[in-house]
Amino acid sequence: MNSVRIDAKGLHYTPLNQLIRQAVLNGAEEIIIDNVMGQRFIGDGLKGNTRIIINGVPGGDLGMFMSGPTCIVHGNADHAPGNTMDSGKLVIHGSTGDAVAHSMRGGSVFVRDNIGYRGGIHMKQYLGKKPVLVVGGTARAFLGEYMAGGLIVLLTRNGVKPFDEQGIASGIHGGEIFIRGDFDEKLLGVGARKLPCNSEDMDRVIPFIREFAQWFNLDEGPLMEGQFYRITPASSRPFANKYTWE
Amino acid sequence: MCGIISVIDRSRAMMDGSRIREALAMMNERGSGEGAGYVAYGAFPDFKDYYAIHVFYDNIHETKDDVDAILKKWGHIEHEEEIPTFDVPGIKRIHTPWRYFFKPDTSLMLRSPTPDEDIITYIVMKVNESIKGALIYSSGKNIALFKASGWPEDVADFYRIQDYNGYIWLGHNRYPTNTPGWWGGAHPFNLLDWSVVHNGEITSYGTNRRYIESYGYQCSMFTDTEVVAYLFDLLVRRHGLKDDIAVKALAPPFWEAIDSMPSREREFATAIRLTYGPALMNGPFAIVVAREDSIVGFTDRIKLRPLVTGEYGDRIYISSEEAAIRVMEPCVENIRMPKAGEPVIGRVYS
Repeated sequence: MNSVRIDAKGLHYTPLNQLIRQAVLNGAEEIIIDNVMGQRFIGDGLKGNTRIIINGVPGGDLGMFMSGPTCIVHGNADHAPGNTMDSGKLVIHGSTGDAVAHSMRGGSVFVRDNIGYRGGIHMKQYLGKKPVLVVGGTARAFLGEYMAGGLIVLLTRNGVKPFDEQGIASGIHGGEIFIRGDFDEKLLGVGARKLPCNSEDMDRVIPFIREFAQWFNLDEGPLMEGQFYRITPASSRPFANKYTWE
Repeated sequence: MCGIISVIDRSRAMMDGSRIREALAMMNERGSGEGAGYVAYGAFPDFKDYYAIHVFYDNIHETKDDVDAILKKWGHIEHEEEIPTFDVPGIKRIHTPWRYFFKPDTSLMLRSPTPDEDIITYIVMKVNESIKGALIYSSGKNIALFKASGWPEDVADFYRIQDYNGYIWLGHNRYPTNTPGWWGGAHPFNLLDWSVVHNGEITSYGTNRRYIESYGYQCSMFTDTEVVAYLFDLLVRRHGLKDDIAVKALAPPFWEAIDSMPSREREFATAIRLTYGPALMNGPFAIVVAREDSIVGFTDRIKLRPLVTGEYGDRIYISSEEAAIRVMEPCVENIRMPKAGEPVIGRVYS
């Protein structure tokens, strides 16, 4: 495999991204970046099928507008990884800051541990484009805020409470959130409702749970144990009367 | 958007300013080059019992006599000096930074349980309100504050902060949004023992300011953050609240959350909210407040700004970004993102 190694120590994100783009232009199939320390915007707007291995802690907006590549992070990610991502994958061996998968429009994000506030805010979908966010642990408040499409899955590993924060899916008008385990209905945000999952529902998420287990080398069985619940918009147009009069 | 980094060594072991400079410079994207600053606790061991009054003078020959007169009227100047600065291409020397080591004459403030602090507070408010061209921007004992308009590394080099030691350091990189960037508007903000760095904006500034001014504080820095320093001084020093209770007053739980608390807790939370309603801070913010023995970090109640904490040995770090902490301490442990409104307290061992 055509592999390129970049040492990011002391490197600003602009020259770092220039090196990444040059490597992709030169046909690199794999780019390994060592000593990453807070550099923002890694892989932003990048196209192609390159696999990027990030060793360290990348800064915010990792993989923003990215279209195709796979970024594997050995560390935590900061705010908004997968921001408005078009396609491709982010695999994070750690946790993330707030607003992960912000406005994401396609591709998938896998987070091994937990995510911060407002995960999946304003995720959207259109025709064949359907973004997916799978989280091994749990999320903080306002998960799926203003969600318009796509799929979020919380697997609640390591004995975390399934969800213990306010305003889940506040303002949701499309897409769905799956959570393994039950939580108090009063935590639901405006326009959201909770339903237990049946086997047909589970068929939609099982492929992504399997993929999650593969990425992190986990046994998939325990990740599917127990009752899942899904959160969807309370009606087909929950906010129809909010801004217009019919 | 602004950048925050702070550290406390709980055994009071000293750290020089070189690492916090690197950490703050790593977050340059969070600033605009219009303001940066640092504060070090424990920086003046030779004058540790004197209040270190820091002043920005516009035209020193015109204004300094007036400030000197006020200080001499209220106490004794043990030592004074121009704060050493070094030419840096990125910094335009608009003000002359000066420091006094000052001891107030407590016999002049009758009927006060805390005459020292009351005299210092009075002098700070009096100078900032009435002497044009002079601004007292720091007034704590054994506390050195460095700030100017510029990028973090330029401000650090301008004052050569690597030559100072402290067991607490705060650093701040400013991106001014609602008011212009100027030296006095750079963080940290200080009054007495209190130093504050803040990312975000306090949309309740008007209410908070009216409240704090009714207790004799004057807001003179044209920016929202200074009310936080005054609120902490009022709630903790003057009213005697513990710091975690003060955070509960400034960023209280929502009424719905209070309603579902067990009764004793509910009564307490209700009392705090009712008593300190005008001190409640709204808007997006992440704040770190330092005093002589501790640092406290917290965010607004719906977490509209980032805050990350970490530990290593005796040191506790609070920052806007994990990477900034790792720049200071590559082996940092227990990286954590506190919940909205949850105070994180690092306190020296007693």
